[in-house]
Amino acid sequence: MKNSLLKRKLKTTSIAYLFLAPAILIMAIFVMYPVLQGFWLSFYQCDPYSSEATFIGWDNYRQLIADPQFRITLCNSILYLIVVPIIIILSLGMAVLVEPLLPGVNFFRAAWYIPVVTTMVVVGVSFRFIFSEDDGLINEVLKYMGIIQQSIPWMTEKWLVLITVMVVTIWKGLGYYMVAFIAALRAVPIEQIEAAIVDGAKPWSIFRNVKLPNLWPTITLVAILSSIGALQAFDEIYVLTRGAVPEATTLVYYIYEMGFDASQSSYEYGYASAMAVVLFFIVLAFTALNLWTMRKGGWSND
Amino acid sequence: MTNKQQDPRMYLMRITDSSSPQMHKLMLVLRYLLMIFVTAIMVGPFLWLAYLSVRMTGNIYTWPEAWSDFSLRSYLFVWNTPEMNIKPAFINSVVVAIVSVATTVLVASLAAYPLARLEFFGKRIVFMFILCTLMVPFQLYMIPLFRLVTQDLRLANTYTGVILPFVASVFGIYLIKQFYETIPVDLDEAARVDGAGEFRLWWQILLPMTKPAMGTLAIFSFVGSWSNFLWPLLVLQADEKMTLPVQIVQLSGAFVDRISYLAAGSVIAIVPVILFFLFLQKWFLGGLTLGSVKG
Repeated sequence: MKNSLLKRKLKTTSIAYLFLAPAILIMAIFVMYPVLQGFWLSFYQCDPYSSEATFIGWDNYRQLIADPQFRITLCNSILYLIVVPIIIILSLGMAVLVEPLLPGVNFFRAAWYIPVVTTMVVVGVSFRFIFSEDDGLINEVLKYMGIIQQSIPWMTEKWLVLITVMVVTIWKGLGYYMVAFIAALRAVPIEQIEAAIVDGAKPWSIFRNVKLPNLWPTITLVAILSSIGALQAFDEIYVLTRGAVPEATTLVYYIYEMGFDASQSSYEYGYASAMAVVLFFIVLAFTALNLWTMRKGGWSND
Repeated sequence: MTNKQQDPRMYLMRITDSSSPQMHKLMLVLRYLLMIFVTAIMVGPFLWLAYLSVRMTGNIYTWPEAWSDFSLRSYLFVWNTPEMNIKPAFINSVVVAIVSVATTVLVASLAAYPLARLEFFGKRIVFMFILCTLMVPFQLYMIPLFRLVTQDLRLANTYTGVILPFVASVFGIYLIKQFYETIPVDLDEAARVDGAGEFRLWWQILLPMTKPAMGTLAIFSFVGSWSNFLWPLLVLQADEKMTLPVQIVQLSGAFVDRISYLAAGSVIAIVPVILFFLFLQKWFLGGLTLGSVKG
């Protein structure tokens, strides 16, 4: 009896792996293997034109510490995380606006979601028309209104470039996170809200004391997703600046330059891989940090 | 969606927003003004792009003097001029998207079946393995992946090289697995008693029942494929192979004698995906909540 059960499970197992084979194979070949090789490459010197790689130990990492451009782009990547709280506040605000099923609310939800589905490259092009220094929309409007005389160098001055690119990242992500917040807001038990109203609570106090505690899991999810997204922002930087302002690019962009940009003098897979490893640990650290703060937030509200 | 009249949140809003009916009306007007303001910000850049693509003559910042200042000529020019390469890139993007979507849905549906319905050795480990791949940022393995695809597998400049690395979607496997779990197991047992094998069971019973989940996954993978930029940029070299986002960036970097050309090309690149979204918006706005887990 027991033997036949085992036999059956063995048979099921072989069928199961037949179903899983395509997914497992693709993930193993195109994700796991390259990930492991990425760690491995970071200890090697390897240029794109030869398949030979020479082991150099921790040299890539030592070089990183001394590389001023690495330090700048790393700082910018960390700085880029400012978008996370802004995204949370704005997308939550938008969700609050369209939470009740007022007439026309579906139109607004759909309109605000459009940036999410559009191609980042096209978004970059349209924002270039808006922020362009010579004849961009914003500069022209500000000049027309007499607020400024000189064009604001949105795409050439270091801090302004960073702000411009962040604006694009934030703008494109809001709708996506708003949908998560709408779902979470509508999942707040109606009885809790009613009880608060009976107690005479004002709208703000209802939001603060009844709704917000219920939103913590979603806020954490949004924080994790948007900080991973922020640390990996690439398309918008590429399209808007093409790295024309080196002090205003991020770590991901520097990795791309090191690995693939032929105009770079140094062009080095091993070095770029070492940077990717650093990035990986930053992403990991922020995910862990977010999960930890959620735990804390969740407990204090229980 | 609940009926508008029955939405308890509407009622709650009415009694919490204000003490008097006048106050309530004012709050409602303010709410709508704010919603219109947000809409202007979220849609404005696309409208500006559309305006630039049709404004042919005169300074773009001056009031148009005649209707002839507007024209769709840029669209015709961009679409029909071989140097612009927009039409071939558009067709390439469609082909890549169709193949990606079909493969992604198939691979995810296959993988989700045993994870949701079968008891087998190593199930937990396999599931953990799949979830782990979600954690790694693309940039970590981008360089080795590029070496693997272009050098070892000799897939440089091929659509196989563009599509294949991304057809195993963790999000998709998870989504469809969740869906399979909502279907009663009795169905499987009945089919097994009737002598159906696992493959037939999956194909004839589970697949037809999970059209909504497959639809959601298809939509998200279509948008992903249509927008994918960095990877095709690295893998594709020949002009006649370019996908639309890569081609738009090439146009934007090259000297284009009229900005209306670049704007028209950009509009062509987003109109399909926006239309697609507007027709299927329920799937987009509803499907996401499946992915978010209440922790």
